[in-house]
Amino acid sequence: MAATEAVRGRLGALWFRAGPVLVVLAVLLLVWYAAAVALNAAQVIERTLSSEPGWSAADLVRLTLSMDRPVLPAPHQIALDLVDSIFGWPLDSPRNLLYHAAVTSSATLLGFAMGTALGALIAVLIVHSRTLERSLFPWVIASQTVPVLAIAPIVIVILGSMGMTGVFPKAVISMYLCFFPVAVALVKGLRSPGVMELELLHTYAASARNTFWKLRVPASLPFLFPALRVGIAAGLVGAIVGELPTGAQAGLGARLLTGSYYGNTVQIWSALVMSALLGLVLTGGVALAERWLTPGGKR
Amino acid sequence: MPNPPPPPSSPATVEVDHVSVVYPAKEHTVTALADISLSIREGEFVSLIGPSGCGKTTLLRVIADLEQVSAGTVRVNGLPAREARLARAYGYVFQAPALFPWRTVLGNVCLPLEIHGLDKARARAVAMDHLARVGLQGFEGKYPWQLSGGMQQRVSIARALGFEPKLLMMDEPFGALDEITRDRLNEQLLRLWEKERRTVVFVTHSIPEAVFLSSRIVVMSPRPGRIVEVIESGLPSDRTLDIRDTPEFTAIAHRVRVALQEGHGGH
Repeated sequence: MAATEAVRGRLGALWFRAGPVLVVLAVLLLVWYAAAVALNAAQVIERTLSSEPGWSAADLVRLTLSMDRPVLPAPHQIALDLVDSIFGWPLDSPRNLLYHAAVTSSATLLGFAMGTALGALIAVLIVHSRTLERSLFPWVIASQTVPVLAIAPIVIVILGSMGMTGVFPKAVISMYLCFFPVAVALVKGLRSPGVMELELLHTYAASARNTFWKLRVPASLPFLFPALRVGIAAGLVGAIVGELPTGAQAGLGARLLTGSYYGNTVQIWSALVMSALLGLVLTGGVALAERWLTPGGKR
Repeated sequence: MPNPPPPPSSPATVEVDHVSVVYPAKEHTVTALADISLSIREGEFVSLIGPSGCGKTTLLRVIADLEQVSAGTVRVNGLPAREARLARAYGYVFQAPALFPWRTVLGNVCLPLEIHGLDKARARAVAMDHLARVGLQGFEGKYPWQLSGGMQQRVSIARALGFEPKLLMMDEPFGALDEITRDRLNEQLLRLWEKERRTVVFVTHSIPEAVFLSSRIVVMSPRPGRIVEVIESGLPSDRTLDIRDTPEFTAIAHRVRVALQEGHGGH
């Protein structure tokens, strides 16, 4: 009796956590299927059903959800394509999406590391010098108003002319999107200690170095980590955009591009889903690092 | 047995000589401290009491070199205030605990020791000892938010004991606590002082707190900040909270109250 109670309690807790997410997913799938039927109907009627008089609604639904190149593929088509790509081919095959995800995430991670370093450097400079704050900050902000789509080809061409190809140019574009949230958040975080905390260290006759490492840096971590989550997601976008103008052979961006060349909508969608999953994994990684690096639990 | 007043030859831990602090402002300058002189001998427990704006906190901050004087000199342990601070001559307890939320209780108490250059193991040992002295053994692994306000302020006292300063400065440390907690901490603080005879300068606006804790009470008054009267307590040093019901205690408290009213003068 008590055991079933406990099981019911655990199931209840699980439902409480997963329930809302599942409901949203179910609604989304339903809308998606409806949209797929609606959007693909015109083509199906024109190409197939118009020559077969007496077709029923069931025929329409069946055909709209199994087209080769639908306007909007159905969720199960994308899922099948993903499964086929991931399990049907060796990991180093260009037909395996995991291979492309690995290429893109290596550029993202390198760009994220460079962007975080650059953002931290800018933040430290700004926090330590009013002059630099006034001269640097406008440029930092202006840099983000230039669309990354315009910057990406320029970066690829210039770095390519210097003999740099492959991961590095993509990482530079990724860095360009990454550094901004990190810089802004770190400026705020490094300035977050109050007068009392600073005076406390003053009474210890603490050096500027001690004040920085023992007070300013730990106080900035709660500001830094949300920015890192934003930064790594932005960095992923940067890496994918960086793969578009290169005619790159590999990477999720290249996969998106070849998909749209050949009108292979299912391939585009599975690359999209893959990049969304990759984004979740990357931000999840940052969240894990946050849990590990910020002691003190809830505050 | 009443406390014998320390002999006049006893060295002055704090020497405040004709100190003024003036904040220049557009309309009229604010005189936070006007020509203050005060000498605090080694081992004394001195309270600065007065209404808000009387400059008691400013005086404490001047001694701690957190505020600059406009005129006069301040010497701590025979050194100018700045050099005394650089020599880490005192521990300072703020109005709020000001604990770092990312450090455990032990980590917070270790902070000054780490800055002082002690290695981790030595700092931990000293910090554990300080925590025991404020009755917080067993809480070293907790984070500040897991403690009550009174416990947090005890941690901050343990932290101020840091590198065993001869001088402990406290700026209304129990002001934010409820009366029951405050009474208990007052008694603990008195026991600590009785045992170690560290010089304490204590800012408060509570008459019972000042009378209970102090060997000398400095009554201050605002506009401009000045010393109205200095009252020697003479209560026995092994006093407990019960002393507050004795006529001796009431008499001293009365003198403090009268001095505070005189300070207010025509206001």
